[in-house]
Amino acid sequence: MSETIYRRMSDLPSTHLLGGGTAMCAGCGGLQALHQIYDVLGTKTVFVNAAGCMTLLSVYPFTPFRGSWLYTAMASAPAGAQGVRDALDILCDKGRLPRDEDLQVVTLTGDGAAYGMGLSATSGAIDRNLDFLYICYDNEGYGNTGQQSSPATPHGAHTATATGPAGHSGFKKDLFGIWVANRPAYVATVIGTEPLDLARKIEKAAKLSGPRLILALAPCPTGWDFDPQQAAEIGRLAVRTGIFPLKEYLDGRVVHTKVKRPRTPVEEYLRAQGRFQHLFEPERRQDVLDAIQARVDAYWEHWDPSH
Amino acid sequence: MTRRLLTGNGAAAWGARLADVDYVPAFPITPQTEIIEQLGAWIDAGELPARMVTLESEHSMLTAAGAAAATGVRVFTATSSQGLLYAMEMLYTVAGWRAPFVLVNVSRALAAPVTLETDHNDVLAARDTGFLQLHCATCQEVLDSVLLAYRLAEHPRVRLPAIVNLDGFTLSFTREPVEIPEPAVVRRFLPGFDPQSVRFRASEPVSQAVAVLGGTPYSYFRYEMHRATEQAIAAFEEVAADFERATGRRHAALETHRMNDAEIAFVMLGSFATKAVDAVDRLRESGVRAGLVRPRLVRPWPAAALRESLAGVRGVAVVDQNLSMGKGGILHAELASTLYGVPDAPVLTSFIGGLGGRNIAPEEFFQMASVTREAAQTGQAPEPRLLFTAQELREVRRLQGIALAERHETTHSGAERSAP
Ligand SMILES: Cc1ncc(C[n+]2csc(CCOP(=O)(O)OP(=O)(O)O)c2C)c(N)n1
Ligand code: SF4
Ligand SMILES: [Mg+2]
Repeated sequence: MSETIYRRMSDLPSTHLLGGGTAMCAGCGGLQALHQIYDVLGTKTVFVNAAGCMTLLSVYPFTPFRGSWLYTAMASAPAGAQGVRDALDILCDKGRLPRDEDLQVVTLTGDGAAYGMGLSATSGAIDRNLDFLYICYDNEGYGNTGQQSSPATPHGAHTATATGPAGHSGFKKDLFGIWVANRPAYVATVIGTEPLDLARKIEKAAKLSGPRLILALAPCPTGWDFDPQQAAEIGRLAVRTGIFPLKEYLDGRVVHTKVKRPRTPVEEYLRAQGRFQHLFEPERRQDVLDAIQARVDAYWEHWDPSH
Repeated sequence: MTRRLLTGNGAAAWGARLADVDYVPAFPITPQTEIIEQLGAWIDAGELPARMVTLESEHSMLTAAGAAAATGVRVFTATSSQGLLYAMEMLYTVAGWRAPFVLVNVSRALAAPVTLETDHNDVLAARDTGFLQLHCATCQEVLDSVLLAYRLAEHPRVRLPAIVNLDGFTLSFTREPVEIPEPAVVRRFLPGFDPQSVRFRASEPVSQAVAVLGGTPYSYFRYEMHRATEQAIAAFEEVAADFERATGRRHAALETHRMNDAEIAFVMLGSFATKAVDAVDRLRESGVRAGLVRPRLVRPWPAAALRESLAGVRGVAVVDQNLSMGKGGILHAELASTLYGVPDAPVLTSFIGGLGGRNIAPEEFFQMASVTREAAQTGQAPEPRLLFTAQELREVRRLQGIALAERHETTHSGAERSAP
């Protein structure tokens, strides 16, 4: 892999490609990540989108994308990417499109589509070795419909469909692991509050071909119930507590790109968000807090046993 | 031009081959599978310069088909029954993208109960999706309709995807002599795909299929689709005339048989209408002035042509090979709304038949004719009838009886075996 052009913060792109004035909420972590991703990927791209918050980026007759965009449906954005990729290849191969007119095909979906409804289409795209970059902004719920529990909702969180004293009873699915198990070209987790790490990973992903996933944790003031001003702090806590590991998979190996030692207790991350308040008030749910901390510890024990 | 024995599926594949399609997203389902297998074989043999991709569902298949068409290539795909319904969300969605392509549907009745044989509830469920619909009655028509459908779908005033429908088993697996036009003749009739402004390329970035907020822009786009579909009536005339010049074969929006002086008429879709052709001839022999009207074009709906061809007819038997539960035949409702308020409109009688491939016997056509003549005389339409004979009912009852007796026997002997 060639050297990165992003060695320090000042190397990051200073011109921003994604237009402003969209309908996303203030402090949206998904939009923050998308801005940074777009700046690195550039406009020779076609974004194939599934139903979710980001669908409202392009509302007729306006679009913030200086490259191209196609909205599909909730379940089948990867199949849309398949159709676009195949058609571009056909046009280039048959000489009907000059190669310099070719585009990078990017799928953009939320967690609900990526972990759930669209997983079958994703799986198909992976086994067909589709040359595409999948960006999942993970706000840990069906955000666009009011933050109901999704297959990415963390254990214990309150959502619009989990309002009881213990919150969401399920556990967040390991989408990174599902992708890695199929040995795709590249898989990485990113977060907008670690822009250098993010830029390097997008840079790497853009140079590869085959199925590639960028899984971006997307702190969501609206769905997670925190003040938009806190967005950056919550993103940092997600990494510092180790609940959201920054890592990448390449050439058969998983590497953690930021390892914090010692880790901040996960409680600090949870306490900062309204969706976990019921774990602290009116009475402290030590059982649930311990279960969450234990899962984080077990994860790092597995990957980083020396500490 | 060569003449060959082809199945309906084979004819559909030949249509796609002659249309020089670029891309074939696919998924297997009986009775359609032979189409994609044939195309795959030609591609592998280097006889068709196209790319075929097997998706993991019809929902994805239709998404890929629409996305590829929206990128600028000529797309062909095919499905049937459960597959068409599995893709339903995407039928509406991709039609709204205004990217033309052709989908062959091999009609097969819908579960439950699950079956393999034909009726039209599958394709009529797609009636309001925005796809154009051409219905075929012969294998020749299948090949020709695929070519007609591309020209119509890609027509500058239309720009919508099209379904070409053929009946499972009765057409899909029936061999008939089919004339295969020369590629050069087809090329003149159907030039290479022109994506117009709907395409993706780096130098012309575009956001396609974007969301709208509110009823005004939504209505704007939906009305545009409706108007474009209406335009397809005149466009079809033009395309059919060109096709006739190229091949000598005429395919009008309505296929009619002995309608000149008809006093009663059958109205039917698809290959079962060939059974009615036979019945009409025999009715004529017995002195009944019967005729047949078979809409080839179902979307757009050829309302004016239907009014014209049924003018002067006194009674019309609409034979629906579909059933809208609690309402009746879909074609009947379509025709009733077409003729309502027309002075001296014929009386309509309604019959449901051919569900799940059930045959419609000659005697049943005679019976329908006599019910319809009586209705025309009294001016009073009877209740819709569900074609089913006492003999069929006896047969169902007999099988139920056998199954019941067997179950009783096995439970009984099973209990004996398990006793200590
Ligand atoms: C087939 C289908 N079912 C349900 C919906 C309603 N819907 C729209 S967006 C959405 C949530 C998607 O969740 P996610 O993928 O996480 O994206 P987010 O909204 O969080 O951005 C749902 C359920 C839909 N558009 N299509
Ligand atoms: S609901 Fe959350 S993810 Fe959706 S736009 Fe608002 S902040 Fe972003
Ligand atoms: Mg979400």
